[in-house]
Amino acid sequence: MTQSRLVWQQAIKIGLIGGLAGLLLALVGMVQVFSQRYIISDVISMGHTLLFLTMLFTGYLAAQRTTWPGRRAVLLNSLVAGLTGGIPLALLVIVGSVVNLRLILIHASPELYELLTFGQGTLVGVLLLLAVSAFCGVLAGLFYLLPDLARRVLLAPLASVVVIGVLQDLVRTAIAAWGPLAVINEWLFAANGLTLQGAATIFILIAVVVYVRAKRGSEAQAKFHSLRPSTQRGLRMTGLFLLAVVLLILPQILGLFLSEVLTIVGLYILAGLGLNIVVGYAGLLDLGYVAFYAIGAYTLAILTSPELGFFSLSFWEALPFAIIMGVLSGVILGIPVLKMRGDYLAIVTLGFGEIIRLLVLSDALEPWLGGAQGIGLIPKPFIGGFELAGPQQIYYLILAGCLVVGFIAWRLRDSRLGRAWMAMREDEDVSEAMGINLVSTKLLAFATGAAFSALAGAIFASKLGSVYPHSFNLMYSINVLCLVIVGGIGSIPGVIVGSIALVGLPELLREFAEYRMLVYGAALVAMMLLRPEGLWPEAIHQRELHAEETESTAPAEVL
Amino acid sequence: MAILTARQVTKRFGGLVAVNSFDVEIEEQSIHSIIGPNGAGKTTFFNCVTGFYRPEGGGIFLNSHSLVGLLPDRIVRLGIARTYQNIRLFPNLTAIENVLIGQHAHLKSRYLGIVLGLPSTRREEKAAVKEALRLLEFVNLAGQGDFLAKNLPYGDQRRLEIARALATRPQLLLLDEPTAGMNPRETQDTMDLIQHLRDELGITILLIEHQMRVVMGISEIVTVIDYGEKIAEGTPAEIQNNPTVIEAYLGRGSTAELAA
Repeated sequence: MTQSRLVWQQAIKIGLIGGLAGLLLALVGMVQVFSQRYIISDVISMGHTLLFLTMLFTGYLAAQRTTWPGRRAVLLNSLVAGLTGGIPLALLVIVGSVVNLRLILIHASPELYELLTFGQGTLVGVLLLLAVSAFCGVLAGLFYLLPDLARRVLLAPLASVVVIGVLQDLVRTAIAAWGPLAVINEWLFAANGLTLQGAATIFILIAVVVYVRAKRGSEAQAKFHSLRPSTQRGLRMTGLFLLAVVLLILPQILGLFLSEVLTIVGLYILAGLGLNIVVGYAGLLDLGYVAFYAIGAYTLAILTSPELGFFSLSFWEALPFAIIMGVLSGVILGIPVLKMRGDYLAIVTLGFGEIIRLLVLSDALEPWLGGAQGIGLIPKPFIGGFELAGPQQIYYLILAGCLVVGFIAWRLRDSRLGRAWMAMREDEDVSEAMGINLVSTKLLAFATGAAFSALAGAIFASKLGSVYPHSFNLMYSINVLCLVIVGGIGSIPGVIVGSIALVGLPELLREFAEYRMLVYGAALVAMMLLRPEGLWPEAIHQRELHAEETESTAPAEVL
Repeated sequence: MAILTARQVTKRFGGLVAVNSFDVEIEEQSIHSIIGPNGAGKTTFFNCVTGFYRPEGGGIFLNSHSLVGLLPDRIVRLGIARTYQNIRLFPNLTAIENVLIGQHAHLKSRYLGIVLGLPSTRREEKAAVKEALRLLEFVNLAGQGDFLAKNLPYGDQRRLEIARALATRPQLLLLDEPTAGMNPRETQDTMDLIQHLRDELGITILLIEHQMRVVMGISEIVTVIDYGEKIAEGTPAEIQNNPTVIEAYLGRGSTAELAA
């Protein structure tokens, strides 16, 4: 008897937590704002999707934690959890129908209640809400009980439909650029969301792909590896070639706004690759990375802007100076922190970031650095006679920059210097005993990271046409650090994925900017709980963090 | 010919004198053991030789080249390598990477060469990997190169540390309790390895050990240290019969062990 009581307790607890999460999302207004966008036009909005996902997840969690054996127990558990999850929201509606909660909870509005009750009025709506949440719970329980293949075949298509629904503008624009193929848009999309047939098409398509890959995937891989090496290389080269072509024509396909997003993401990738070396390879926790970004930007500004009038170099003439200033400042800021480790290093570098920001903001240096008004009239780069005026042109400059920097980072990793950095990161004293000169190795790390950041800063200044001291703040350092960590510390593809996830997505979902910090924070916490090694980790890191799960008999691949 | 000479070396930590006017001469290509109770100052002395600590007094000379005051990375370039009492490998790097790092001091590739992919850099990398694989095979870790150092079993980790130390191409190898935690067979293997290092590669070995079997089995000279001071020195046979040593360190009941 007591055992079954414990079982219910577990389910109710999970249900309540899920329900409170849903309540939170409703009361901060997310559900309402999200409802403005429809995943499937006129059928289901993003807001409802958000609620359903919360309840589904609650049910899944309860199913996963069922200690009582047997399928019925799992389903009962998820049912109870789902039902309990609906209770906080139901209470909200009930109380709200009597008392005007709006005075305290701004978002507890009639529109919200309308959403929560599916437009059915208080009594019926609440019952409907509870039924729906219970149903979601059971669905999640059923999902949990399905075999692995079935789960994948269901999950991927559902996720794809939701993602395409959320990013409908991006997808629509991308397809529209393909001329004759634009008719696909009419099939897939209505005014505000996917059409039913569009959603169904995507679902079926992805389900088929996942199924085929699961069944035939290993065969295909084996076949690939059995081909002659030259054929393999040929195929790989073709793949890379296609990727290059896509990258080159991307701005033309995506249009102005999305190209702008690409340039922003690209600059973060550039800077991120630098910080990846400092933090990822060398293990030096640098929280003042924005200092080098600012130095690169301001150097370019001072050397090229007619507003200050000291120099009037062109972009290309000034760029080497900006990079050299980056290297110098990397060395200069690195010297005092040579003996510091860990937290102390972090705080001191954070201080440097702030020092630079205050210097460029100051009135004392205004005649040279522009003060609070910043520096304007920075010219754009010219290639031949052609000005790289808009985002679609600057994109290519940034792409070139990323390729160069990425190449350098890749080369450095499997080299004597890269190993020296990693040894230093693992054990400074022993690395010194192996002949690694700590001073020069650390300074090389700082200098390299600073150079990449200064390059990014210089392109940033030219792209914007002006620099303002307020853009160079601590948040920038933290953003770059976050995207390096979320992508996977020390991993080059990780920086790219991290930038897309943490910089690109918020830009694409601008209309939800109000909740950016909430989602950002939640995403970071979720990442650290579920996948601390990052989205695209270095192979080694992944093994390190999941050591308990995997047998250590399989040899590691050294990428 | 003494390869390493320590004269009146003194190391203090505040009021605690860890090493007190310690003299020792290590003969070239010999196997020399330092034994003593725990806390006697053996590892501290090693740290002074390798530059991790700076002794307050005295001098340490490698082939009459003074070592006191030099940074550790300089000292390793002069030809002294060591292993650690509680294994200090680079845990999250693979075995082969650990050994490659050992070669750092005598590889020459620099920043520009690496980035540009110069042929000299590539050649050097290839040679370095070959050498690393050879060293791994030498210590019986062939095929384990891609395992993370921290995932290797204990005995393998000890051997990897030796491989890493050998990668620095030392004249003098300081081994700090290389057989700690090993069973008799592993201990014998390690003893054979140490002798092989001296016999085939001509490396001088300075050993800190607690297992008497190892000390008496392979050392030519034994120095006994207690409370930071040398209390005896001589061949294993002489030490076994030295009453001061027996009292301070070997203990009364260990005559049976010595007889073994």
